[in-house]
Amino acid sequence: MNAQVPAGGPARSTYDVIVIGAGPAGMAAATTAARAGLSTLVLDENTVPGGQVYRAATTSPLAGGTVLGADFAKGAALAGGLATSGAEVIQGATVWSLDRDLVVGVSRGGASRLLKAGRVILATGALERPFPIPGWTLPGVMSVGAAQTVLKASGLVPSGTIALAGQGPLLWLLAAQILRAGGTIRAILDTTPKANYLAALPYAAGFLASPYAFKGLALIREVRAKVRVIRGVNRLEACGTGALSSVRFEARGVTQTLALDGLFLHQGVVPHVNLAMAAGVEHRWDEVQHCFHPVLGAGGTTSVEGLLIAGDGAGIAGAEAAVERGRLAALVAVKALQPEASGLPVLAEVEAALARATRGRAFLDRLFEPQREYRIPTGDETIVCRCEEVTAGQIRQSIAVGATGPNQLKAYRRCGMGPCQGRLCGLTVTELMAEERGKTPEEIGYYRLRAPVKPVSLAEIASIPPDDAAVGAVVRG
Amino acid sequence: MFRRIGDPAAATVTIEIEGTLVKARPGDSVTAALLASGLDFCRHTPVSGTPRGPYCMMGVCFDCLVTIDGVGNRQGCLVPVAEGMKITLQKGKREIGQ
Ligand code: FES
Repeated sequence: MNAQVPAGGPARSTYDVIVIGAGPAGMAAATTAARAGLSTLVLDENTVPGGQVYRAATTSPLAGGTVLGADFAKGAALAGGLATSGAEVIQGATVWSLDRDLVVGVSRGGASRLLKAGRVILATGALERPFPIPGWTLPGVMSVGAAQTVLKASGLVPSGTIALAGQGPLLWLLAAQILRAGGTIRAILDTTPKANYLAALPYAAGFLASPYAFKGLALIREVRAKVRVIRGVNRLEACGTGALSSVRFEARGVTQTLALDGLFLHQGVVPHVNLAMAAGVEHRWDEVQHCFHPVLGAGGTTSVEGLLIAGDGAGIAGAEAAVERGRLAALVAVKALQPEASGLPVLAEVEAALARATRGRAFLDRLFEPQREYRIPTGDETIVCRCEEVTAGQIRQSIAVGATGPNQLKAYRRCGMGPCQGRLCGLTVTELMAEERGKTPEEIGYYRLRAPVKPVSLAEIASIPPDDAAVGAVVRG
Repeated sequence: MFRRIGDPAAATVTIEIEGTLVKARPGDSVTAALLASGLDFCRHTPVSGTPRGPYCMMGVCFDCLVTIDGVGNRQGCLVPVAEGMKITLQKGKREIGQ
């Protein structure tokens, strides 16, 4: 082994399958691939497997208790399966590049390696949709997912006077978890527009037959019994100088203000596309979910040969579906690389389980379709790009003087060029530009993403062991 | 903005935040430990110098950047605490050499 490989680095330089991400999809995919006898490597950014939904499933100080709910235990079962599958799992690993040749650039502990895979299964999951309102960069304003992460991983409960604002299943789940943990919530500011209920109605039958209906409604009842829920919230605004001090909003035409210490925002999750886009995977705009998702074939195949996508990164469908999609992607890899393998999950059964897990999604997608005013800021002062502090007004001005798409905007304003690389502004920029220019989001497109998809130091890249071609390129004679 | 639940004796790791010794739980991220210590922001932005706190806690927003043991611009929400770790907050732009 090369002397520069950090402790805990990958054991080999090529694998049959490299799985990126150890959430439900990644854990299921790697377990299936490794059990079939494929050399399998899992690269995950967190310190323990679980992803976001099963964050700290094996190490949470609240695991096994009543706060996080029964579904959380499924994460530990998946992690257990992974641990005994024979897959090599590396935590704390940041994947910063992936290309059409299935070469994966990964950094860990300050050193980088390039690894080659026969198949890559991307299971990088979802991130919360940006929620660009005035004041969303103030300390004291966080995402609902963030509050849930520190609750699961560290047993931290929001204290002081707090409110949750937005919509979607995760918001109600967090509210219930805070209450069970002994916390209090001043109000839930529900932004779901009335029209969404009507739009969702035709899909209600599918939802009512799904496993989510009963659980979801029980959750909402549990929360409503203890928390004031204000519906139809418009013109949401976080106020304060230097830190959050209050939230202002309009409900039933009346403007209200609540003094707050903490405000938690959420309006659904969207696929985390950065790595897939950088690898050249074709993506399309989704008109209902207002985000880009990869164009996929059976089992999660993409426009890049050998690159598969599973889990919410393939389109939002939730944790249970992610597990099945992980298995399906692994089955595609096994069929190609180890066709004689036995004892595998049965394709038809996995497909049936996936169909069950995605039942009711159409209803949820319509019910929780985020409103326009929270996707495209109406005011000019609202910050869109948090890293470079670019406002909606500045973006509109840039368009007025000739910026035609997200990539030109980078040159005008450095918008999207900070460390988050557009993760917190990309969708807003696409929709804002589409609106201003009278085009569709599909026509406007997204930022062109390139490696490194995460900031990585030159020292880390320089630590990559050189191969013969690299040496030949610079050494003469 | 946050308080800990669970066994307080489980906070066995000692770290230093801006020169103050703070107890953290093994498994805490640096940013979780900052929040638990009562800090409500973790840096001043390079562009306007305004205070900013963590937003996503999952490695995507980069609002949790801090200096850890002398290395600047580290995502505190992805780095687990370790005994003796020294954390300083970043004020404005990253300084050369860090
Ligand atoms: S809090 Fe968002 S990257 Fe750490």
